[in-house]
Amino acid sequence: MDSSHSPSHPPYDREKSRRDFLVLTAAAMGAVAAGSAVWPLVDQMNPAADTLALATTEVDVGTLQDGQTLTAIWRGKPVFIHRRSPADLAAIRGEEWQSLRDPQSDEARVQKGHDAFLVLIGVCTHLGCIPMGSKVGQPKGDYNGFFCPCHGSHYDASGRIRKGPAPKNMDVPPYSFLSETLIRIG
Amino acid sequence: MAPHLHTSDFKNPVVRWIDERLGVFTMLKKEYGIFPMPKNANYLWSFGGIALTMLMIMIVTGIVLAMSYNPHVDGAFNSVERIARDVNYGWLLRYVHMNGASFFFIAVYIHICRGMFFGSYHRPRELLWIVGVMIFLLMMATAFMGYSLPWSQMSGWGVTVITSLFSAFPLIGDGLVTWLWGGFSVDNPTLNRFFALHFLMPFVILGVVFIHVWALHLTGSNNPTGIEPKTEKDTLPFHPYFTSKDSLALVVFMTLFMAVVFFAPLALTHADHFKPFDALVTPSHIVPEWYFLPFYAILRAFTVDIAIPFTGIVLLPAKLQGVLAMFGAIILWLFLPWLDGSKVKSALYRPLHRLCLIGLLISFIALGYAGAKPAEGLPVVIGQIATFYYFLHFLVLLPVLSRRETPKALPESISAAVAKKA
Ligand code: HEM
Ligand code: FES
Repeated sequence: MDSSHSPSHPPYDREKSRRDFLVLTAAAMGAVAAGSAVWPLVDQMNPAADTLALATTEVDVGTLQDGQTLTAIWRGKPVFIHRRSPADLAAIRGEEWQSLRDPQSDEARVQKGHDAFLVLIGVCTHLGCIPMGSKVGQPKGDYNGFFCPCHGSHYDASGRIRKGPAPKNMDVPPYSFLSETLIRIG
Repeated sequence: MAPHLHTSDFKNPVVRWIDERLGVFTMLKKEYGIFPMPKNANYLWSFGGIALTMLMIMIVTGIVLAMSYNPHVDGAFNSVERIARDVNYGWLLRYVHMNGASFFFIAVYIHICRGMFFGSYHRPRELLWIVGVMIFLLMMATAFMGYSLPWSQMSGWGVTVITSLFSAFPLIGDGLVTWLWGGFSVDNPTLNRFFALHFLMPFVILGVVFIHVWALHLTGSNNPTGIEPKTEKDTLPFHPYFTSKDSLALVVFMTLFMAVVFFAPLALTHADHFKPFDALVTPSHIVPEWYFLPFYAILRAFTVDIAIPFTGIVLLPAKLQGVLAMFGAIILWLFLPWLDGSKVKSALYRPLHRLCLIGLLISFIALGYAGAKPAEGLPVVIGQIATFYYFLHFLVLLPVLSRRETPKALPESISAAVAKKA
């Protein structure tokens, strides 16, 4: 104890700045250590490798008639594949889209050459319910598309939000046509 | 006597031997025997103890339910049905736990109303109050996760809607939701983690209740007059006066609770809670449990985006407004000790304040009604008006009125108030 106050001890101020440096470095190292110890605890809650691996689904749309909708499952979520009749397609393409809540043209939401097929993640962008309109007899909402009963969001036949609390159009998943009738989602 | 042992007043040699080494009996006697209670504390002061009893009941029934529960999406629903049908007394355990949550919330809501009415959040009880609000938030999280465990249509879709709230936050929202789910939809990882957390959190609540009661025993209880005890004449020892009073209240409360458990165990739940979860079909009308309805109505009260006119640039989307308002509605309670600037605690002596508080209660009940209805037509308007009043109360009426209103003359002391009434 006493030796620390011996005359050979460095001047107080120099000692202090050196101490400050040591304390700060130690604290910084401690923060890094704590952070790296906590991160695994936080990140384990993110999707695991096997969950991520369930990433693609193939769907045959050969039997789908005009006006029908087929529901596939991709990553645990429903994907609506809706085949629009030429009349419906013409109607939706004729509408002005620049002033919509989430402005997007129908062309930008489908793949060129397969314009009749609308592929959508069938999840309401409000709070995640499954909108109705994909099955015969279900309400299609005020815009001849989909209607989410949870809090009343109306989507059009392009899956774009038209009315109600949802902020965005229904998402289009990544997909490609493997042939004229086979779609791979993901 | 050995020099380091603390001195105990107890005569019984066994009790004394333990007390000299652990001090528990001295502590219990001080805190629950001679602890001075304001002698005018009425039955509204029994609900803290009732809430604590409910917490214990939830913990005990929860642990035994967990012995037969299967936290996997393929087995969860059936394991709960098996508990209700095949496990010995499983029906009783399930219905006590299920309705117990409701009665826990009834007790705590009454407890909170008591605090708001008699100004129990004022100096020196600010921290006691704030810890109480934290208990309430923890209770909400616990009840929400517990409701997911039967993995019914209501469970799965309730979880979907409520976790999706977090997607309202800009930039981090979607990542946050995926993190909560542990996947791209509400699925097995979600159920597993909710089970782990639902098991854990009541014990966290227990710890926080300990801090709550610790603070209570430093400041002492408030009372209907809101004036602090001045002399010994203002108080009575906790035992036997309040142990007996609280016991009576507890017996009446438990009778009502058991009446529901035995004769109407499903009265507070929904038919869709008895169908297994189907990730592809949303029930046409999903509602949370009754104790969340007022907050759910606040969430849905916001329907118009706030945008810069004519530019289409949305500053605050309706969805985010709703989410912020819903959380804000409870966060506001934390600031009550400072929003209320009155020198007088109890609403009994603040007639205008009392009127506003009654308005607040009415708006809260109206919110509960609006939250239970489908989001269209009149209930939406009722929800919006009630939401408006709710925030008006906390942000305008209370801060202004509490600093302007001249309170009625306070009695000299608690015993003077009691004598006048008698
Ligand atoms: C698990 C939930 C809770 C338990 C078990 C609990 C327990 C208790 C107990 C045993 C008392 C003493 C008896 C009484 O005065 O009623 C008390 C007092 C108190 N509690 Fe709680 N409490 C809970 C939740 C809350 C909440 C949510 C709040 C506020 C938002 C709150 C605020 C208070 C206040 C301010 C007091 C002192 C009140 C007074 O003496 O007037 N408590 N609590
Ligand atoms: S989840 Fe579809 S409107 Fe709310």
